[in-house]
Amino acid sequence: MSEIFSATVIIGILTSGIRLATPYLYAAIGETFSQRSGVLNLGVEGQMLLGAFVSFYVAFTTGNLWLGLLGAMIAGALMGLAMAYVTVNLQAVQGISGIGFYLFGLGMSDLLFKMLLGTVETVKGFSVAPIPVLSKIPVIGEIFFQQNIMVYIAFLLVPTAWFILNKTTLGLKIRSVGENPDAADSLGVSVAKIRYFTIILGGTLSGVAGASMSIALLNVFQQNMTSGLGFIAVALVYFGAWRAWGVLAGALLFSMVQAIQLRMQIIESISLSPDLAVMMPYILTIIVLVASVSRVRAPAALTKPFDRGD
Amino acid sequence: MSDNKLPSGHTRIDTLEMRGITKRFPGVLANNKVDFDVRAGEVHALLGENGAGKSTLMKVLYGLYGQDEGEIVLNGKNIKIESPTDAINHGIGMIHQHFMLVETLTVAENVALGMPSSRGFLTDLDRVSKRIIELGKIYGLEIDPSAYIWQLSVGQQQRVEIIKALYRGAALLILDEPTAVLTPQEVKEFFVIMRQMVSDGHALIFISHKLHEIMDICDRVTVLRDGELIGTKIIAEITKSELANWMVGREVSMTRELADIERGPARLEMININCNSNRGTPAVRNFSLNVHSGEILGVAGISGNGQKELAEAITGLREITSGSVVLEGEDITNHLPGEVTERMLSYIPEERMRDGMIKDFSIAENMILREHHKTPFAENGFLMLKTIAKHSDDLIDKFRVKTPSRETKAGSLSGGNIQKVVLAREISRQPRVLIAAQPTRGLDVGATEYVHAQLLKQRENGTAIMMISEDLDEVMAVSDRIAVICEGELIGIVPRDEATPERLGLMMAGVREEEGVQTA
Repeated sequence: MSEIFSATVIIGILTSGIRLATPYLYAAIGETFSQRSGVLNLGVEGQMLLGAFVSFYVAFTTGNLWLGLLGAMIAGALMGLAMAYVTVNLQAVQGISGIGFYLFGLGMSDLLFKMLLGTVETVKGFSVAPIPVLSKIPVIGEIFFQQNIMVYIAFLLVPTAWFILNKTTLGLKIRSVGENPDAADSLGVSVAKIRYFTIILGGTLSGVAGASMSIALLNVFQQNMTSGLGFIAVALVYFGAWRAWGVLAGALLFSMVQAIQLRMQIIESISLSPDLAVMMPYILTIIVLVASVSRVRAPAALTKPFDRGD
Repeated sequence: MSDNKLPSGHTRIDTLEMRGITKRFPGVLANNKVDFDVRAGEVHALLGENGAGKSTLMKVLYGLYGQDEGEIVLNGKNIKIESPTDAINHGIGMIHQHFMLVETLTVAENVALGMPSSRGFLTDLDRVSKRIIELGKIYGLEIDPSAYIWQLSVGQQQRVEIIKALYRGAALLILDEPTAVLTPQEVKEFFVIMRQMVSDGHALIFISHKLHEIMDICDRVTVLRDGELIGTKIIAEITKSELANWMVGREVSMTRELADIERGPARLEMININCNSNRGTPAVRNFSLNVHSGEILGVAGISGNGQKELAEAITGLREITSGSVVLEGEDITNHLPGEVTERMLSYIPEERMRDGMIKDFSIAENMILREHHKTPFAENGFLMLKTIAKHSDDLIDKFRVKTPSRETKAGSLSGGNIQKVVLAREISRQPRVLIAAQPTRGLDVGATEYVHAQLLKQRENGTAIMMISEDLDEVMAVSDRIAVICEGELIGIVPRDEATPERLGLMMAGVREEEGVQTA
């Protein structure tokens, strides 16, 4: 039992917890943008899967990870564009169309995988890039500053998102469109443009979230490799009360639980069924959502299509 | 400051004309070749019944709707207004009936929204705040720029709306029923601001169906009826009752005649009722009152003194913590709303849009909400669509509901017509007891007269009617007796011929009279 509490084990858990937070952060920050503008994008999981495949395939065939990342962004953005058309122009019911996009991403990534790869391959993903000086700090340096580039970007995304939402005219428009699109419209803000922007941004970041798994975290592509992580990201936006820092807290909570769970499977002195261990993040999702319900009000226009009535 | 500048520094609009404006919606001709004009330094009233096309015309002017025909001429030049941005750029601002404010944002953020910032893509809220305070000083619209909208009173929110328009350089302001949501005191303050703006050279368009306000504040009035222009007149040359007749298109009576009938036995008895508000605090305290067959019992009180809770307690929508309700000898205390309905109690709720009907259901469906499960509307669990259709056509005809068809969604009707649908449903089942809460709130004179006539007809049929209203004129016009409620307690009951606004006003403030308090 004592070995769980040893410093190396704890540092190890924290280090991998930080790393595992990466896909949650990309996906949930993207989702935060679209939800703040009033659009619930339930297709995150599908966008992630497609992004994961495209980035993996491009990196695998060209050997260039950055090209792979770009591919994931384009794939996610295109799915976002389609989602935006369906939600903004066709005014579809967002929950249902989101499920449709999830299934599309799931099926499409699977199909492409079978057509183009056929078997599980591996790539050499983004490697650990220690940050000079900072990585030398004992403990903290190891946990935070000896990660790969995609982890750093993910964490930088949090203050960036906070800044955009709260300190820029764009952020003001996004928040207004999500709360009272009629008011925004009456002041000449284009509700359609803002929502297109946030949905495509959300899709792009979901694609990156997928890439962070297939070419940075796991360095493989497998069918349905995100296994619900995109849905957890949507839940994290609720948990984080539609705020970037709240989303960060939620992402860390989940990634840490996951890190502990992974570690527990390795430690022999704990006899926990691996199936039970794997369930932990999902059970946590339910508990967290129940606990966070009605704590903060959602954007008032969330899931409501905008129609001027003309 | 040159001659054509306003104190806000923006250019004046000397004249604005709308010529031959036509706007069609599916099944409705909302505006038919309407002419309208407004000048700097005047308040021009736009008057008409609910659904006459006033709001549509103004939405065309503000670029929210595109007109199908007609042109807009500003200072002699033809202009195109295709979006609110165009309108704003031409110096036209609009204060909407339902405020266009984002509640979760601050005053400054609401004002800054959609405007270019002096700091590029970063917001410049400190600069916006300074300007808000500056404008507030010029126009007497003091407001804290850092306050959140949800923290403000309705009157303050309206100031934010005006500042928003002025900040954008509005020289012409469209005020869409601005006083509907204000208390009498707030209306007075609002009129002071309006007069200030007019004397500074702004042009104001004032939409209202409160005639005394139009007589009070406006220079000219244009009347619309069924989307048609009826005419434009100078206020100084017309009287209030002429204006009422002109608007409705027939003689409108401002007084009500109560037929001389014998009061029957008590049908509804409230005995020491207590119930709580949604927040769990006591809302109605030891309330005892009887409503008799063939009378209208008015319940007067200032908004939020337990009237809504009382109505809900009687109808089974709210738990009665102690006391009892007796309907024709049967105890119905805390019975389910459905059981209360079965005993032929009808209820016209205060929030007709929320509690009175289902917005997305058709008129026909809304008209059978109470009786939908019973013959003749349902047989063996199947809806009898033909009977339902005939029933709703009859009611649409009898209650003069203005609608393209019975299949029209109830939510798309105007306020007056929605109330007619509710009224038709509740009255046509020939209730023994009728609870009517704020039955004419938001309705124009024509619709109000109609609703009152229906209530009086029910009274003649022997229905026991309890009418809850915050409108003293209404209570005094149609009640046999007036019960005054304050902080959930019955303050007293005044017979019709002894009621004066002063006496009732004192009682509404909670002042009890030594004598004259009776519980019938």
